[in-house]
Amino acid sequence: MTIEELHDLETKEQARQASLENRIHCCTAAGCLSCGAESVRRAIGEEIEKRGVGERVEVCGTGCMGMCSRGPLVLASAPGKLYGSLTPADAPAVLDGSGSLAASEIDRNSPFFTKQQRIVLAGSGRVDPEKLADYIAAGGYRALAQALIEMKPADVVKEVAKSGLRGRGGAGYPTGLKWELVAKQVGPTKYVVCNADEGDPGAFMDRSVLEGDPHRVLEGMALAGYAVGAQQGYIYVRGEYGLAIQRLQNAIKQAEREHLLGGRILDTGFQFRIDLRIGAGAFVCGEETALIASIEGKRGQPRQRPPYPPESGLWNAPTLINNVETFANIPPIINEGGEWYASIGTEKSKGTKVFALAGHIKHTGLIEVPMGTTLRTILFDIGGGIPNGRFKAAQTGGPSGGCIPEQFLDSPVDYESLAAIGSIMGSGGLIVMDESSCMVDVARFFMEFCMDESCGKCIPCRAGTVEMHDILHRMTRGDASEHDLAMLEELAGLLRETSLCGLGQTAPNPVMSTLRYFRSEYEAHIRERRCPAGHCAIEAEVMV
Amino acid sequence: MPTAITEKPTTVKDNRQKLLERAMSRHQYSGSALIEVLHTAQELFGYLSPELLSTIAHKLRLPPSRVLGVASFYHFFSLKPKGEHTFVVCLGTACYVAGALGLVETLERRCCKSGATSADGRVSFETARCIGSCGLAPAVIYDGTILARATPDQLGRQLDQLGVK
Repeated sequence: MTIEELHDLETKEQARQASLENRIHCCTAAGCLSCGAESVRRAIGEEIEKRGVGERVEVCGTGCMGMCSRGPLVLASAPGKLYGSLTPADAPAVLDGSGSLAASEIDRNSPFFTKQQRIVLAGSGRVDPEKLADYIAAGGYRALAQALIEMKPADVVKEVAKSGLRGRGGAGYPTGLKWELVAKQVGPTKYVVCNADEGDPGAFMDRSVLEGDPHRVLEGMALAGYAVGAQQGYIYVRGEYGLAIQRLQNAIKQAEREHLLGGRILDTGFQFRIDLRIGAGAFVCGEETALIASIEGKRGQPRQRPPYPPESGLWNAPTLINNVETFANIPPIINEGGEWYASIGTEKSKGTKVFALAGHIKHTGLIEVPMGTTLRTILFDIGGGIPNGRFKAAQTGGPSGGCIPEQFLDSPVDYESLAAIGSIMGSGGLIVMDESSCMVDVARFFMEFCMDESCGKCIPCRAGTVEMHDILHRMTRGDASEHDLAMLEELAGLLRETSLCGLGQTAPNPVMSTLRYFRSEYEAHIRERRCPAGHCAIEAEVMV
Repeated sequence: MPTAITEKPTTVKDNRQKLLERAMSRHQYSGSALIEVLHTAQELFGYLSPELLSTIAHKLRLPPSRVLGVASFYHFFSLKPKGEHTFVVCLGTACYVAGALGLVETLERRCCKSGATSADGRVSFETARCIGSCGLAPAVIYDGTILARATPDQLGRQLDQLGVK
């Protein structure tokens, strides 16, 4: 495909879609699929056929529309209504746009939608992830075309730096700076790696982006390849994400066939191939050096840094590693300009952030908000609040993060503010807990996770997580002493200071943050052998 | 779904060897493709037997220790045959706070411990570290399909249907 052909296809497909009387989008992301979205979509398709209106009405599958708690979701362009909890029997009513579906209708002017700003998720819910033409009609690959004709690689890096985008995997390293580091390395071979090993329990942002808009990630990676001078990219995706893998494979094949990936991209001299690497279930592989080892076919064990991957990464070549969401931000940054992106968010945290809302919250699902939005807005306006009971804590950052208590509900969500209150941004998992959750047990839960997932290379992490888990486990059973509490704190410091990689260094975070804000719960477990949340089964003391 | 190796007739087995060979040749028998090859092998044979691992080591010219090391490092690879049906209970944070432990108890009581296969080879029970379906918590994957907002009763009925006592 040449650049002219790309523009042609864009206008043609846009015109075709505009000529339709009704375009019915069925959410076919994992959440909706598991509550019967496929049969709803099929029923609508059959109804269209039965009525013989195939020329004017079209049904298509899309990525995540966000409100996973109301699946299966269907959006009909005429009369512009969003329906939830549909069954195949509703198909005729969807086509008629009839009032009988009033109960299933979801108000698109509710705060859940109006308080969000979708940049990364712009295509999710609108674009058919299995059709390249759909992505192109929505402006896809325009950024790549623009970069290849009008921009030098250094201009692309500059634009990304100007945007102020920071790594969305959790650490928040400035993306422009990382790209510059790789771009200035000399050498014939460089690599671009997309980290899609989303392992945090409670996080499904990357999965939804890959399932809902795979071409966006491919385009972001191709732009990165052009900017830093790499010709080969890898996507390291979790083996558990079968649908994401299937859609990525399909998208790569489509893009290669149309010369949007592979050799002579858009009839220019630029070439860039993307291959998938399927993870095999090791949380530590989200750490960049462990991820590199895994792509090389070894055990996913991290190594000492420096050298950092931009200098020496995959097969010792300069390697750029970014997260899925980071890459998904790149095409709009190139299209709209770095300054536009930098105008969104806070002073130090630019742009938007995707969060996966789950736990004790009314609207579980996928949302995207400008950086700096308060937790209260996210949880109560967008999330709809706690269904039964009172808010107790919000957990961000998974096993490397912390629990945020009620008093900080009004603090803005950005990298610095979250760090200041003892949590981290993390990749975007946001778990809400009501008063039935025991904070000691939550800390134990995350420590068990880290214990299981520790790769075993360094002793502080391998042995320390076991010791800490043992103490926490005894606390939840009412068998711990004051001495154990002191030991727990000492071990937390030790792990943080001496572990080799991020997994061990941050493993104590859930313990530290719950100790900071819910110390009385720990003390109740120890001194009174009582669980204030009524969660832990503490046996009554046996009198002898 | 993966079934025990002994149930397949010999001709199919030969075909699987050929498919594995093809996967290795596609990667030019490169040692760095070990994880891809193990994925293919497990897909074809259901689990990674010692013989299979040593064949792979030989073909990719890797020390058998390295192949076993990698195969045992990653949770995804199974060194033992699986049952006819598999339940995977998600133990991610969202599922955990939504009561996944009750599901674990049901399966442990009626089938086997997590990570094992019931004595009659009918059911394997595993736990997962977040399957990324937190909106559906607590979630269970039964033979590749997600059961959303699963309850112990629902699992019980599923087990009844399978004839598990």
